[in-house]
Amino acid sequence: MSLFDVFQISGSGLSSQSVRLNVTASNLANAETVSSSTEETYRARQPVFATLLSEFSNGAEKQAGVGVQVMGIVEDQSELRTRYEPEHPLANEDGYIFLPNVNTVEEMANLMSASRSYQNNVEAINTSKQLLMATLRLGQQ
Amino acid sequence: MRFDLDKAMGIHEQAMYVRAKRTSILASNIANADTPNYKARDMDFKRILQQNMHGQPADSMRTTHAKHIQVGPTGELANELLYRSPLQPSIDGNTVDSQIEKAEFSENAIQYQASVHFLGGKIKSLLAAIKGE
Repeated sequence: MSLFDVFQISGSGLSSQSVRLNVTASNLANAETVSSSTEETYRARQPVFATLLSEFSNGAEKQAGVGVQVMGIVEDQSELRTRYEPEHPLANEDGYIFLPNVNTVEEMANLMSASRSYQNNVEAINTSKQLLMATLRLGQQ
Repeated sequence: MRFDLDKAMGIHEQAMYVRAKRTSILASNIANADTPNYKARDMDFKRILQQNMHGQPADSMRTTHAKHIQVGPTGELANELLYRSPLQPSIDGNTVDSQIEKAEFSENAIQYQASVHFLGGKIKSLLAAIKGE
């Protein structure tokens, strides 16, 4: 029954988008986390999405029932921000502190995009729930 | 006159089945709206409905004799989904346009409900005929 597949497909969308929301929240929370070396500094993280092919279907069903999964979370390898603050308790011997390469503007846009996608999936689930309920009530009134 | 329950229900029974299938395809598109390299898919509703009704799509050649050779895609291949041609493809290779998918999804849902409604009406009139009220 294809309408039940929607719960699985959109459910995978919900979990992937919530991972994305969590990662974005983590980036925003750590946007100003300072440290004294490049290795210790927090780097912006991004989830990588990939389609999740259903193992239990075949042929046309296989093409149709695809969800989404988080393949992994990658760290942004671009350069960290450095700031000259010799009086800072975490400053290194040259007087520099290191700040994460989190772009808060980008992260806010990412957050909005993720929450909209989440809402789209919720709506898809709600609609198919209504369709299933209408089918169950078929011929009763 | 012989009464055929399958015929009494008309096209809507098959239509609901194909609509339900299309719902899951469109839900996949919505779920994969942010997946790199995902290509939005959809089905040729008319073709697949006709195939479900008559066993072969309308535009394929009819085989009226046992020795006729079937030309063109049959079975699963004929059921194959199509790719949507993107209006604004994104740089990561994704061709899902959320607005289009949402609109198609709602349209599909309403048409499913229309089929449910029509089937309900048919069942109601059959019941009325049986009861003879």
